[in-house]
Amino acid sequence: MLSNSRFFIRTLLIVLGFTATWIVLTADAAVEGRDSQKLNSAASRPDGLAAWEQVYLVLISPRCINCHTATNYPQQGDDRRRHFANVVRGGHEGKGVPALTCAGCHQEVNADSTGVPGAPNWHLAPLSMRWQDTNDRPLSSAAVCRAVTDRSRNHNMDGRALLKHNAEDKLVLWGRNPGRRPDGTMRTLPPLTHAEFANATRTWVEAGTPCPRGR
Amino acid sequence: MATYQLNVNGQSKKVDVDPGTPLLWVLREDLKMTGTKYGCGISACGACTVHVDGIATRSCVVPVSLIGNRKITTIEAIAQDPVGRKVQDAWVEKDVVQCGYCQSGQIMSAVALLKATPKPTEQNIEESMGGNLCRCATYVRIREAIKSASEQLT
Repeated sequence: MLSNSRFFIRTLLIVLGFTATWIVLTADAAVEGRDSQKLNSAASRPDGLAAWEQVYLVLISPRCINCHTATNYPQQGDDRRRHFANVVRGGHEGKGVPALTCAGCHQEVNADSTGVPGAPNWHLAPLSMRWQDTNDRPLSSAAVCRAVTDRSRNHNMDGRALLKHNAEDKLVLWGRNPGRRPDGTMRTLPPLTHAEFANATRTWVEAGTPCPRGR
Repeated sequence: MATYQLNVNGQSKKVDVDPGTPLLWVLREDLKMTGTKYGCGISACGACTVHVDGIATRSCVVPVSLIGNRKITTIEAIAQDPVGRKVQDAWVEKDVVQCGYCQSGQIMSAVALLKATPKPTEQNIEESMGGNLCRCATYVRIREAIKSASEQLT
């Protein structure tokens, strides 16, 4: 009798635990989804331009721009040197060539014991999304903004899709969690937290994705 | 320490190692499969190349904890693969090897290249094999062997 009661209580607790976990997870997912899609048109153009400059600072940080090259290869490190081992871009997917693919080293998560960064779908951004010139100098804020908002170059992403990309894409998220270098030290982070970056993107999108004038 | 069940050359292998241990050292030290070589230890030379689910992979930088149930193929079993067999035959035919230390990795990379691109151009070979170094500079013979193996592939 006693053991039956214990079994009943234990089963009840397990069921309650699963139910509570499910509620928390689905509520989080709902909030996340709603937040990344929630837009209003209150942001002014000056607000949007100011927010874009914040976004731009992140985009040209090494964790982002190293894979948005104008060349046939990715870069690495804070000095943005050419990726070692003669790694090349490969086909349109930017995942390297048959015996030298990104996935041959970069796994789906950071490998902190060996210092190799990793995230799902590790690849080089297409040339249409290059944010630097062929001399490895970052493009201007205006030029990057034009590239990011040109739907013929950005996989047809509108403002809402750009916000979702910046807020949720796993490679973008990796930028805030880049792991350890081979020497064990932590990689440098972009200048904004992910929340600040997502909020700046949201303000910019709400203002209609304005771009600075100029070359 | 943790226990991992690895699929190596079609066989299930159980190892008890630190999760951060590179696959290379699990192969060489725990499984005593020394065909795969340690060169630089930072994925810069290609000597440690194995296939993980068919992808040429630098085993010196991939922790064993990230392998999961993917299939590992090493130089010890590459001759069981039709393309691997032809590549090894071509290596013998062209007398590629000098000291031989890098050649396990060279062959594993060449097989990955020919499986994806059976008729590679000079540029394909240059790019795909560009990450495999040979201090004896057998590059000319490696290239000839890849072309020879390619001709044998239908």
